[in-house]
Amino acid sequence: MTGEGAGEGKPTAAPAIDARDLTRTFGAFTAVDHITFTVRAGEVFGFLGANGAGKTTAIRMLTGLLAPTSGEARVAGYDVYTQAEAIKRNIGYMSQKFSLYEDLTVRENVRLYGGIYDLSSREIRERTHRMLHRLGIEQVAGERVGAIPLGWKQKLAFSVALLHEPKIVFLDEPTGGVDPITRRQFWEMIYDAAAAGTTVFVTTHYMDEAEYCDRISIMVAGRIGAIGTPAEVKHQFGANSVDEVFVRLARSDTPGRGAA
Amino acid sequence: MRALGGFVGLLRKEGYHILRDRRTLAVLIVMPIVQVVLFGYAIRTDVENVRLAIVDPAPDYATLALRDRFTAAGVFRTVAVLPGAGELDRLFRSGAAQEAVLFEPGFANHIARGTPARVAIITDATDPNTGSAMQSFAAAVIQSWERERAGAVRAIRITPQVRMRFNPTRESSNLFIPGLMAFVLTIISTLMTAISLTREKETGTMEVLLVSPLRPAQIIVGKVLPYLAIGFVSILTVVAEARLVFHVPLRGSVLLLLAEGLLFILTSLALGILISARTSSQRVAMMGALAGTMLPSVLLSGFIFPIESMPRVLQWFSNVMPAKWFVIIARGIMLKGVGLGVLWPETLILLAMTLVLLAASTRSFHVRLD
Repeated sequence: MTGEGAGEGKPTAAPAIDARDLTRTFGAFTAVDHITFTVRAGEVFGFLGANGAGKTTAIRMLTGLLAPTSGEARVAGYDVYTQAEAIKRNIGYMSQKFSLYEDLTVRENVRLYGGIYDLSSREIRERTHRMLHRLGIEQVAGERVGAIPLGWKQKLAFSVALLHEPKIVFLDEPTGGVDPITRRQFWEMIYDAAAAGTTVFVTTHYMDEAEYCDRISIMVAGRIGAIGTPAEVKHQFGANSVDEVFVRLARSDTPGRGAA
Repeated sequence: MRALGGFVGLLRKEGYHILRDRRTLAVLIVMPIVQVVLFGYAIRTDVENVRLAIVDPAPDYATLALRDRFTAAGVFRTVAVLPGAGELDRLFRSGAAQEAVLFEPGFANHIARGTPARVAIITDATDPNTGSAMQSFAAAVIQSWERERAGAVRAIRITPQVRMRFNPTRESSNLFIPGLMAFVLTIISTLMTAISLTREKETGTMEVLLVSPLRPAQIIVGKVLPYLAIGFVSILTVVAEARLVFHVPLRGSVLLLLAEGLLFILTSLALGILISARTSSQRVAMMGALAGTMLPSVLLSGFIFPIESMPRVLQWFSNVMPAKWFVIIARGIMLKGVGLGVLWPETLILLAMTLVLLAASTRSFHVRLD
């Protein structure tokens, strides 16, 4: 708790993310309203919610982009108020736009992000090599990202987000606009990352993807309407699918049972 | 040391952006050069090749000497020498003549006797600015001849000065080049910065940079430093072109001029950051940069239109244009050869503007994160 920069040696406390009564208001509007939840280290956590339910605001607070109005949150064991810098070094982030520079080559993109996360030239070289080999895209290493297929771009962006071996990776609608097969392959990559110990925090609009998560939460109007394993959530609402729960919650637009 | 590698990477990345966007790169390199040529030659308040008709009913040594003077001045091209004024109307209407000089008969006799020798100057004032310029040229030719006759020895020495004053290319590009520097720097710095920053927002890469350990200040500096460099190269280009092509004098310190140029680039960059912080699409950023900075910097900086002849409200408004102060500074250094001893108030104003804009832009960049 000694401010930023005290980073490295500190062991991650049990939960990867621990939010208590986390709140953010914009003027009179409460975007995120006292949400409390934990994400366990190494799990795949699905963060669901309709557009405008407050997902983005919550993610911005957890990634250190936005200061909370009130409440508490620790990400990778660091406080979002006082240790934003340490948080930034320990998380990865990928948005639905894939966050790569289209006019830079694959290799140049990797080198850029490696440099930003303070990797040495050797580390960058080795990891780039491994990554391209794993993805099976060595042949396009020198191509501009704008010229490679969408599916490759998406996998590449995910790998780049994992390049600095973060404790938690935030994926904001990572599978928007890609075909079902690529989506499936992408989820295999997510499982691989989780198996390697990385906590995955993922938002999605695809309810079948929600079923792949270890645990999910569904945000409704700034609050958490449901949280638990997909089976628990379905059971709780007496529903057959997460989709059903989601639609019911979104329609009511009032929090179901309180989070906690 | 931390994140220094990342910062260097950021600079390299921006370099790639600039170098790989061929069209923009071409614009950045070619624009200053073309602008100087365009403004230097096309927009000009002075005149040359004035089509002159001379009405000389009774040629004598004095009128012949004056006619020679008109020819020698370089500004005039004698299209007709007429015995009477009857033809003049037709020449003016058809545009064959723009100006006419009419000598009265017995011109030399009047001079010899000391009585007023009368000469009329008629000017096509369809364009009043050109008209009055032509008129004063003609009057000056006559006056200088008169002065020479008053003191025959000094006469020879006056001649080259007359030529200087009448060299139109020099006169107008002298005034334009400093303004042009302001204009080019504004385009490159403000427009390019605003566009390149909003592009990162559009493509979502800005978010990733912000989530990274890079500090906002590093991101901004990494984004704008390459444009600072390009802007600096543009100053060098414009100054070199001004010297070599238009022979604009550079009487003051080159170093001071470059330093003031850097300061002005910083002002423009800060404006660009401010614009990009308030907009989220490249198109809006471009419109904002064009409407918010480039047009006023052309119209209100005194670059083309003299500030003194503007309505009072606009004169007051021109004071908040950074370009106005830079134009004063650049003209002072280049044309008058003065240094900071004279130009410190303008420099201070520009410096203050830069600091305020930098503070505001960094601030709004932070606010944007909310």
